[in-house]
Amino acid sequence: MVDESKASQSSDSLKPDAAGAESGPGTPQTADAPGVPTAKPVAPAKPAATKTPVPVQVPLDNELSRRYRERFGAGILDALEDRKQPYLVIDAAKLAEIGRYSRDEEKFELLEDFTAVDWPRREKRFDLIAILYSFTHNTRLRLKIPLAEGEQAASLVEIWPTANWLEREIFDLFGIVFAGHPNLRRILLPDEWQGHPLRKDYDILQQDTPWVRENLGIESGQ
Amino acid sequence: MSPATQALLEFLRSWWVELLSGVVIVAIVPLVAGYVVLVERKVMADMQARLGPMRVGPHGLLQPIADALKLLIKEDIIPDNADKLIFWLAPVISMTAALTSMGAIAFGPSFQVARDINVGLLFIIGISSLGLFGIVLGGWASNSHYSIMGAIRSMAQLVSYETAAGLALISGLLLAGTLRIHGIVEAQEQYGVWFIFLAPIAFFIYVVASIAEINRAPFDLPEADSELVAGYMTEYSGFRWSLYFLGEYANMIVVASVATTLFLGGWLRPFASVRWLSWLDVLPALVTQAVGVYCLIRAGKQPVAVQTKFMWAVALACFALAAILAAPLVGPFRWRFLMRGLHGAFWFLLKVGAYIYLFMWLRFTLPRYRFDQLMGLGWYILIPLGIINIFGVGIAMILESEYGWNRWLALVVTTLVTLGAAFFLLHLNEKRKAAASSAIAVAKEAVAGDIYAG
Amino acid sequence: MPGGVGNTLHEDATQTSKTLLGADELVLNMGPQHPSTHGVLRVKLKLDGERVRGTECVIGYLHRGVEKIAEHRTYQQFAPYVDRMDYVAAVSNGLGYCETVEKLLSAEAPPRARVIRTILTELQRIASHLLWLGTHALDIGALTPLFYCMREREEILKIFEKYCGARLTTHAFRIGGLQYEAYDLFEKDVERFCKDFERRIQEYVDLLTGNSIWIGRTRNVGVLSAEDCIALGASGPVLRASGVKWDLRKAMPYAAYDQYQFEIPVGTRGDTYDRYIVRMEEMRQSRLICLQAIENIPPGAILARVGKVLKPPPGEIYHSIESPKGILGYYIVSDGTIQPYRVRIRPPSFVNLQALDKMARGHLVSDVVAIIGTIDIVLGEVDR
Repeated sequence: MVDESKASQSSDSLKPDAAGAESGPGTPQTADAPGVPTAKPVAPAKPAATKTPVPVQVPLDNELSRRYRERFGAGILDALEDRKQPYLVIDAAKLAEIGRYSRDEEKFELLEDFTAVDWPRREKRFDLIAILYSFTHNTRLRLKIPLAEGEQAASLVEIWPTANWLEREIFDLFGIVFAGHPNLRRILLPDEWQGHPLRKDYDILQQDTPWVRENLGIESGQ
Repeated sequence: MSPATQALLEFLRSWWVELLSGVVIVAIVPLVAGYVVLVERKVMADMQARLGPMRVGPHGLLQPIADALKLLIKEDIIPDNADKLIFWLAPVISMTAALTSMGAIAFGPSFQVARDINVGLLFIIGISSLGLFGIVLGGWASNSHYSIMGAIRSMAQLVSYETAAGLALISGLLLAGTLRIHGIVEAQEQYGVWFIFLAPIAFFIYVVASIAEINRAPFDLPEADSELVAGYMTEYSGFRWSLYFLGEYANMIVVASVATTLFLGGWLRPFASVRWLSWLDVLPALVTQAVGVYCLIRAGKQPVAVQTKFMWAVALACFALAAILAAPLVGPFRWRFLMRGLHGAFWFLLKVGAYIYLFMWLRFTLPRYRFDQLMGLGWYILIPLGIINIFGVGIAMILESEYGWNRWLALVVTTLVTLGAAFFLLHLNEKRKAAASSAIAVAKEAVAGDIYAG
Repeated sequence: MPGGVGNTLHEDATQTSKTLLGADELVLNMGPQHPSTHGVLRVKLKLDGERVRGTECVIGYLHRGVEKIAEHRTYQQFAPYVDRMDYVAAVSNGLGYCETVEKLLSAEAPPRARVIRTILTELQRIASHLLWLGTHALDIGALTPLFYCMREREEILKIFEKYCGARLTTHAFRIGGLQYEAYDLFEKDVERFCKDFERRIQEYVDLLTGNSIWIGRTRNVGVLSAEDCIALGASGPVLRASGVKWDLRKAMPYAAYDQYQFEIPVGTRGDTYDRYIVRMEEMRQSRLICLQAIENIPPGAILARVGKVLKPPPGEIYHSIESPKGILGYYIVSDGTIQPYRVRIRPPSFVNLQALDKMARGHLVSDVVAIIGTIDIVLGEVDR
């Protein structure tokens, strides 16, 4: 579990913090991170660190973000850039609209990846991450969609058919339901599996006990 | 003695040679087929830049024995819902058909079980095509989806290509004028030239059709193990499987023998009727001698003592064979009669071996035909070409006998016309395929309901 | 496994279901144990006679929970795990992961390391394509190319073994550069291999490219248009064979690719034959890259100073490379500790396999085998 690892790490962090090791070009200089919204995925309450690391996210204000803000206004919760990679934090209700706009107007033809991250202590627990790529402009854009537990997200299958299996995998491993998906079933795990493994409260050591007990009739050796 | 026993003894007295030969065939052919498998594995390895079986016996020579023993002691598995009687019967039919058709093959002027029956070639073709029952019944009796698909494909393929092979053989038979095996070879002796030169297109059709008849690549879709596991043989294991397998290799020998008899001059040496080339008669002994010498040279280079001794033994056997083959030439005059028999057998087996090597070569070079392409090749190209070729050869013979044309001129002219027809058929086939693939595109659109399935 | 343990070849091997139109559909099960599905992949084919009306892939037989494991390992400890995903092209996986973590640390590998990484990755690309060619040809019935391909692949694996000690799951790269210096005869070995390889490629071309049976089996089989490719997210040779001239090594160069000249092979029709041609040509281009690279490997350090304990600043990064199968992407979220918070691997085979249904409809069962082979999937990557 994450907490145990943090506890053990703080006890053996004798060396000076090597965070943000600068040994090559391209170290981002960040003065401060103004107006950090509550939906920012900065790690909460770091225990007993030697110094608080400087956040590397900077606010993003370029043509692209301006166009999105103009178009969607409050739908764009934030626009940031992390280590030179831009991303927009958007409202889950506007996901389908923003997706369609991205594909049609901004020419992001390829949904390169669609995944999720679990922040269990946050109010909106999940972060759906869509990584878009444009062949015409040769740029990437990341969309981050905070999602509460139990909240359904709009399926992107109509816009990018590649999202079919990608969303099935998110459903399988995180339990996020996509409204409008034609075939939302588990894909990597057996159909009768209980639980969603990539959630942070899914114990890695106990993961297969019920399935093994039911199907093999023995106690899992973990 | 009762009249029944008397009749039996009478029968045995007049037919004991044939019966003995039959027993010899049934005893020896499985062993020979096993060694043909070994040769195939070695040839396959050679073409694939590796060595093949090397461990069991020197240079892998005891591999077939080991395989046979292993197959005999394997567990006999019969699928639950299989039809037990037919499941047992199918490989038996396959093997029996192959062995029985061997009865009429002449492995030289003096080695033939069915001594000179007047329907020799027809007998061989007819009985060997009964092997089809073995395949179909085996696939059906296994009660498995893959098996039945393999059996049905195999049935369709065999029937089509037997027709094509038969048509090709008819062209040769027109030239030979008889179905008797000895008669066919004598006809080639009289013509002074092998029928492959007189009817090359027929030979080509027969080569292609014979590969398809014995289910070998590129026509081995029924046993394609990347698609249907092993087709009709999927559920067979152990000895039953080995019967199928040996039946296939026995069929290979049968088909090669038919081609050799009809097209390659049977047991005649090259240029059999040319007197001044009769010094070619030393070739069998010479070739065997050369092989023996090569074995001696290689004996010194073997890594292990056992293999060295083995090479010496092989060299000795080669020299003995060379001596036997040379005996009629250098021995007393009354040994001359042996020449026809021994040398004939040597040339026959050499040609059969070359034909089988061609089979193997094609197997390891070419990819596999898809089933519809395979059937298209048979029905759209080979069968029409076979029919046209029969007309061609017939017309050539009429031109020669009725109109006094030079035989070679007549045959060349008709062969060229048939070649033209062949290209025309290929062209038609291309057009048909183009139409078919656009049909697939149409089918794709029609069927493409939701692209989100799967 | 769906259906419980002990799912054999024959369980629900045949079922008939009536469609709305009342026609009989046959469901044929291919796999998970099947000689041609390249691993444990189960494909349910809905057949109408011999024509495929639809397919359904059942995957997950090789799911090992790599992404979950990543959250419990340090960044360096996780590096050997990525090799096991696409085990046929382990070096590429390692390159993607190490570069992603380096980006997260805002570090960069030194020039010498970048060049050696490029050489090893291109050799791995050749090895992966060779394995693909051998198995694909074997599925279609040509028995011999497999052995020739293995012979060439053996040479490459020997180079890997001399370099890092392992042939298959190499863990060749470290975060920040390389651990091992290139061994003494490295350039000579690579040069000898590349000089020999042109003749070998010609052997494969002689055997297959002009062969009418091969063309008959692969032309117009599994056609995927460019729009479908992009819509379905297919990348790599699948995308290039459909006519889209795009390669991540040219679009967003990484490692040392911007220093070398190479072409991007493109197909026209998007069928199996074009994918075959594209991959053959890619092997040739990889060979050219290797020859250019070994001319001039810059001297210097091989490992950047990233320190022993890696604690990237909190945040996230996404970086992708062109693996032999397509776009291999890594999305790593860091929370400032020595273990990543989330590692997401974007597997090219997983996304490419979605295209199977579109490609296989309307074809015969024998073609499905060819199509599965031509997508070039590795189940380790599909399932992770």
